[in-house]
Amino acid sequence: MGKKLLITGNEAVGYGAIYAGCRNYFGYPITPQNEVVEFFARELPKIGGNFVQTESELTSINMLYGAVATGVRAMTSSSSTGFSLMQECIAHMAYCSLPAVIVDVQRGGPGAGSTQTAQMDYAQVTKGGGNGDYYPLVLAPFSVQEIFELIQRAFYLADKYHHPVIVLSDAILGQMMENLELYSINFGPLPAKDWAATGQGERKYRNTVPNIWTFFNNYRDIIVNLGKKYQEITDNEVRFKTYEIEDAEMVIVAYGSSARISLETLRRLRPEGYKVGLIRPITLWPFPTKIIRETSHRVRNFLVVEDSLGQLVEDVEFAVEGRAGVHLLGSLARHLPTSSGMIFPKTVSEEVKNILCHK
Amino acid sequence: MKRKVDENVKREPFSGRIISSTIKENIDEKVEREIVYSRPECMHDLPTILCPGCQHGLIYRLIGEAIDELKIRGHCIGVGGVGCHAMGMGMLKIDAIMALHGRAPEVATGIKRSLHGKPIVFTVQGDGDLAAIGMGDMINAVNRGEKLTTIFCNNAGYGTTGGQMAPTTLLDQVTTTTPEGRQPQGFGYPIHVAELLATMTGMAFSARCALTSPAQFNQALKTVKTAFQKQIDGVGYSFVEILSACPPTFKKTPLESIKWIMSHMLEEYPLGIFKDVDKIP
Ligand SMILES: Cc1ncc(C[n+]2csc(CCOP(=O)(O)OP(=O)(O)O)c2C)c(N)n1
Ligand code: SF4
Ligand SMILES: [Mg+2]
Repeated sequence: MGKKLLITGNEAVGYGAIYAGCRNYFGYPITPQNEVVEFFARELPKIGGNFVQTESELTSINMLYGAVATGVRAMTSSSSTGFSLMQECIAHMAYCSLPAVIVDVQRGGPGAGSTQTAQMDYAQVTKGGGNGDYYPLVLAPFSVQEIFELIQRAFYLADKYHHPVIVLSDAILGQMMENLELYSINFGPLPAKDWAATGQGERKYRNTVPNIWTFFNNYRDIIVNLGKKYQEITDNEVRFKTYEIEDAEMVIVAYGSSARISLETLRRLRPEGYKVGLIRPITLWPFPTKIIRETSHRVRNFLVVEDSLGQLVEDVEFAVEGRAGVHLLGSLARHLPTSSGMIFPKTVSEEVKNILCHK
Repeated sequence: MKRKVDENVKREPFSGRIISSTIKENIDEKVEREIVYSRPECMHDLPTILCPGCQHGLIYRLIGEAIDELKIRGHCIGVGGVGCHAMGMGMLKIDAIMALHGRAPEVATGIKRSLHGKPIVFTVQGDGDLAAIGMGDMINAVNRGEKLTTIFCNNAGYGTTGGQMAPTTLLDQVTTTTPEGRQPQGFGYPIHVAELLATMTGMAFSARCALTSPAQFNQALKTVKTAFQKQIDGVGYSFVEILSACPPTFKKTPLESIKWIMSHMLEEYPLGIFKDVDKIP
C-alpha cells in the first residue's frame, strides 16, 4: 500500500510525473492549473530536477521539445488558451516522433473566455489544433487518483510510440481534493532512445532531430510511418469504462468531470428503476468508437453530457451511424448563466427521464 | 603537414574552387601536393544548397573551425532556427536539433538543462528568426542567464522566403515588402541586436563581426571561439552577430554584395565587442 494523501487533481499531476521518473518541467502560470506549476517549482529542486518558469506557453512547449529530444522524460502543462499557443510545437513533435507529455486543465473559451471550468478543448486537443496530419494520444481522467495513474501511463505511452500524449483535465478535476494513494506503475519494457541528441561523444553516427536525412529526402516515408503509427495506436490503445450498459435502454457518454456528474446521475436513477448506463471514454484519441457502435445496436438513445456547445457529440454521432438518437446536454444546461455555472446531476437526471419517457 | 592526395577533386565548400586534385602528368605519375586549406574536420564533405555568394556557408565553416580548434565536437549540440541560416546544421558532424521559427533559445535551454549543463549548446539564427518572431525568446533566454551561445546571421532580410524586410533591414533598403525602400514611418528602424543584448545582466559576451576580408574572417573566428569559451567557463550567455551577404535579397552580385556590406551595413552596424565579462554577479 502506497502513502495516502488528500490533495487536488492539479497536484496529482505533479505526483504522477515524479512517480513516472519525470525530472523536467517547464511551465507558465494560467488559471486553473497554477498548482501544477507551483508543485514542480517546489518539488523538483528537492530531487535534482529542472524547473523553469517560462515567459510563455510557446517557450514552455519548445523547451519541452529541446528536453525530450535529449531522451529525458519531461512535461509541461497549461490551460485552454495557453494550450492553443502550444499547438505548432505539438504538431512538430509528432512530426519528429518525440515522446512528450502535455497536460491541459480546461477552462472556458473561446479565446480568453473564462478562468472557470468548461470542456471546450475537446476538438482542439483530439483533432489537433496544429497543422498537418497528426493525432496526439489523449487521456481523460475523471478523479484525482486517475489523474495520477494516467499521467504515469502518459509517459509510458509517449515513450512506447515516440509521440506526444495529452492528458485532458479540467478546472473541476484540477481544483477538487480527493484521496490519493501513491504508487508507481510498471508498464513493462520500452524501446531504447538511441536517437536522442545528447552530444555525439563516442557514438559513431550523429543524431539529429528531426532526422536530417529523411528531412531532406523522404517526406513521404515520414507520412507513411506516421500513418502506420496512428493505426497501431488505434488498434491497441483504446481505453474506456462502461457502467451498467448491459440492460440499459439509454446510455450516457461523458468524459472528465462530466463523467463524474453522469455517474452520480446513474447512482440516483438506477434505484428508481431507470435503465440508464454510462460509457466513459478514457482515451479520447483513439476514440472508443467500437463500443459505442456495438451498443447502438441495442439502445434507442444516447445522451452526451459535456460542458461545451457540442464537440464530443460529433464523435458519438459518427459511432452511432444514425441507429439511435444522440442527444446533447451541454453548457447551456449549467445551473447558472454565468461562467461559474455547472451541469448538475439533477439536470442530467431530468434529461435522462425526459428522453426515456418521451423519445 | 604533407598529405598524399591521390584521388578525387576536392573543392572549396562555397566557391567551388578546386583546393586539391589528383593531377596525372605523365600517364600514371601522381603529383604530391600540400593541402593548405580544406574543410574543417567536423564538416561533412557535402555540397551546400545555398546561393552563390551566400555567406551563411562561411559562417558554418567558422563554427566548424572553432569547434575543431577547441576540440569540443563530441560535446556540442547545435540548434538551427528556421531559414537559410539553418541549412548548414546539416553540414556539421555534431548532434543537432532543428527548432521552430524563432524558438531556438528555449529549445537550447531545454537541451542544456535536461542534460544538467553538460553539453555545449549553441543556436544559429537569422535576423528574421531571432530579431522578429523570436526576439522575446532571445531576450528571455539571456535574462535567465542561460549558459548558451548564439550565432546570429544578419543578412538584412529574409533570404528563405524571397527577400522580404527583416527588423535589421537598412533604411531606404529596397526589399520585396519595402518596394520603395524601408521608411521609418510604418516600417521602423534597423535593430542593433548585439548592442541591445549587451545591456543585459545575463549576457557574458556580445560582439559583431563581418566576413568582408580574410582578416575579418580571422577576427570572427577568434570571436566565435571566445563566445564558446564563455559558455565552457559557465559565465553566461554569449552572442556573436555576423553580417552575412545574401545576394538575392540585396539584389546584387556576390562581389557587389560584399562591397555593399562594407559601404552600407558597416555604417549602420559597427563591428566590435559590446560586452565581455568573466563573471556575472
Ligand atoms: C511560424 C512560421 N512563420 C513563418 C515561416 C516562414 N519562414 C521561413 S524562413 C523565414 C524567414 C527567415 O529569415 P531569416 O531568419 O532572416 O533567415 P535567412 O533565410 O535570411 O537566413 C520565414 C518567415 C515559418 N517557417 N514559420
Ligand atoms: S537566399 Fe540569401 S540567405 Fe538564402 S541561401 Fe540564398 S543567399 Fe543565402
Ligand atoms: Mg536573414
